[in-house]
Amino acid sequence: MTQPILPPVMRDAVLQRLIERMRGRDDIFFLSGDFGSPVLDRLRQEFPSRFINVGIAEQSLINVSCGLAMEGFTVFAYAIAPFFLRAFEQIRINLSLHSHHRKLNVNLVAVGAGASYDVAGPTHHCFEDLAAYRLYPHMQVFSPSDATLCRAFVDRALAIPAPKYLRLDGKRQPVIYREDFQPDWDRGFHTLREGVDTCLVSTGCMTHIASTVADALSCGPGVVDVFMMKPLDLDALGRTLCSYRRVVILQEAFTGKGGLDHLVLEALHAQGWSGELRSFGLKDSFIFVPASREVILRLAGLDSASIIGALS
Amino acid sequence: MELAQLKEKARWIWRETVRVHGLAPETRVASSLSDVEIFTTLYYGGILRHKHGDPDWVERDRMIVSKGHGGISLYPILADIGYFPLAELDRICTESSFLGSIPDHIPGFETINGSLGHGPGVGCGLAVALRAKKSDSRVYVLCGDGEMNSGAVWEAIMFAAFHKLGNMTLIVDDNEISMLGFQKDILGLSPLAEKLKAFHWEVQEVDGHDIPALLDVLRPLARRQDGPPQAIVARTIKGRGAPQLENKPLCHVMNLSKEDIRSLLGEEK
Repeated sequence: MTQPILPPVMRDAVLQRLIERMRGRDDIFFLSGDFGSPVLDRLRQEFPSRFINVGIAEQSLINVSCGLAMEGFTVFAYAIAPFFLRAFEQIRINLSLHSHHRKLNVNLVAVGAGASYDVAGPTHHCFEDLAAYRLYPHMQVFSPSDATLCRAFVDRALAIPAPKYLRLDGKRQPVIYREDFQPDWDRGFHTLREGVDTCLVSTGCMTHIASTVADALSCGPGVVDVFMMKPLDLDALGRTLCSYRRVVILQEAFTGKGGLDHLVLEALHAQGWSGELRSFGLKDSFIFVPASREVILRLAGLDSASIIGALS
Repeated sequence: MELAQLKEKARWIWRETVRVHGLAPETRVASSLSDVEIFTTLYYGGILRHKHGDPDWVERDRMIVSKGHGGISLYPILADIGYFPLAELDRICTESSFLGSIPDHIPGFETINGSLGHGPGVGCGLAVALRAKKSDSRVYVLCGDGEMNSGAVWEAIMFAAFHKLGNMTLIVDDNEISMLGFQKDILGLSPLAEKLKAFHWEVQEVDGHDIPALLDVLRPLARRQDGPPQAIVARTIKGRGAPQLENKPLCHVMNLSKEDIRSLLGEEK
C-alpha cells in the first residue's frame, strides 16, 4: 500500500523553494535565531557561507539582517513567531523606519502562527502578530493558508525589496491551491468559493475550518481566503463581500485588536454595507491549557463544530 | 593633515557645534562636545576612508553614530567634506532642512538614530556583508558609555567576536555621564575594557580628546580586516570646553544660554 504524499509544512515549502533560488544567486543570506528544521539542515550544508545562526538573540537577528540588507543582500531571518516580538523595536527602527529611505529586503520567517505550538503554552502562541506588524509603514504581512502559497511567496519576496513578515503555521495544513496557481499579491485575497447569503472570510489555518463550516451550512456560503494582511486591496475585498447578507470573519488571532476583523470592517464600511457581521477569534485572554491545537481551538470557540453551531 | 591643522579643525568643529546649538537648543550639546576629537581624527586624520562630495561612494568606510544625540558635531564635518552645503547648518531644525536635533536620514549617516543600542548590531551586519562582498571597507561604530547598558549592544559584542569581524571598530565615547547622572551611579560599567577583552575583543584605552593619542590607536587598525574586532575606550569629558556643562551630572539635558554661547565663542577668538 502506498502512503499518500503529504504536503510539506509551510516552513519546509519556504525553505525548499529558497534552496532552489539560492542556487541561482549569491546575494541571499539566511539567518536563524537558533531555530532549525531538517530542510534547513540541507540549506546550511549547501550554503555554509550564507547561513548564520545568531544564537538566541533576536535583537541581533534583526540588526544583523538590517546591516546585510543595507549592503544589498536579501535576508531571510528565521525564528519562532512570538520571539520576533522581543525585537519589535529593532523591526520598527531598523526595518520599518529605515525603509522610508532605502530598500531593505528582509523577510521575517515566523513559524508558529496562532496556537501552532499548542502544548508549549502561551509563550509560544502568537495571536497578536497579524495586527502588530500591520501597524508599520513599509512592512508587508503574509498570512498563508497552505504550502503552495508559501512556495510562491518566496519568489515574490525575492522580487520585492521591502521588509516582510511571513506568518507560517507550525502544523501541516492541507493544500488548497494548485501548484500552478498565480496569487494576485496586490489584491491579497482569493475567493475559494462563491456563495449566497453568508460569506466566510478567513486567514491562515482558519481557512480550512472555513471550508468545513461552509460544507456544513445549508445556506451555501462563500469562502474568501485573505493571504496578505498588508498590502490588501480593501476596495476589492469590500466589493467582493458587500453582496452577502452575512459576513463571518475567522482568525486564529485576537479579535477587536486590529487584525483581520478590522480590515474586513473597514472594507465593508467603505461600501456602506449594513449586514450581519460575526467575528470569531481569540478573546482578550491567553490559553494556558496544555492541550492539542484542536482542543485549544475548541476552547476558543474556533473549531468547526462551535462555529457551525453559532451560525446555524 | 598635520597635527596643527587637525587641532584647528577640531576647534572649528567645536565652535560650529556650539553655534548650531544656539540655533537649535533642542540639540544635545554636551553629548556632542565629548566626541569632537574622535570625529576629527576619523575624518581628517586619514583613518576613515571617504570621498569628498560622495556620501554613497561604495568604497567608503561605514560610520555608524549609534549615540545619535551626540552626532551634532558630525554635521559641520559632513558639510565640510561636501556631503551637503555648509549653509544647511543654519537651517537646522526647520521644516526645510534634513538636519534634526538627532540625525536621521542625512548624507553621511548610515542609520536612523535616536534610539540607543542599535548601532553595534547593524554594524555587525555591515561587516559581514562587506566581507562577503570582498570589500576592504571597514565599519566604525560610535557608542556612548551609557548606551553600553543596552542588551542589544552585548548581543552584537558576542556576535562580532565569535565571527571575528576584524573589519569592525567600536569606539566608546566614555564620558562617564548618562542622561540622569554619572554612569557609575546608574549601572556602572567599570571595568569596561576588561569586560570587552573577556568577550575576545582587542581593546585599547585612550584619552579621547588627545588627537595624537587617537591617531596612535586608530592608525594601525585603519585597513585591518582580520583578527578580532577592536574596541577603543575613549576617556572623554561630556560638555568638554563649556565650563557650564563639564562634570555636571545632568549636562546631557542642559542647554547653553545665548549669553553662554556668545561668551564661549568669544573666548575662542
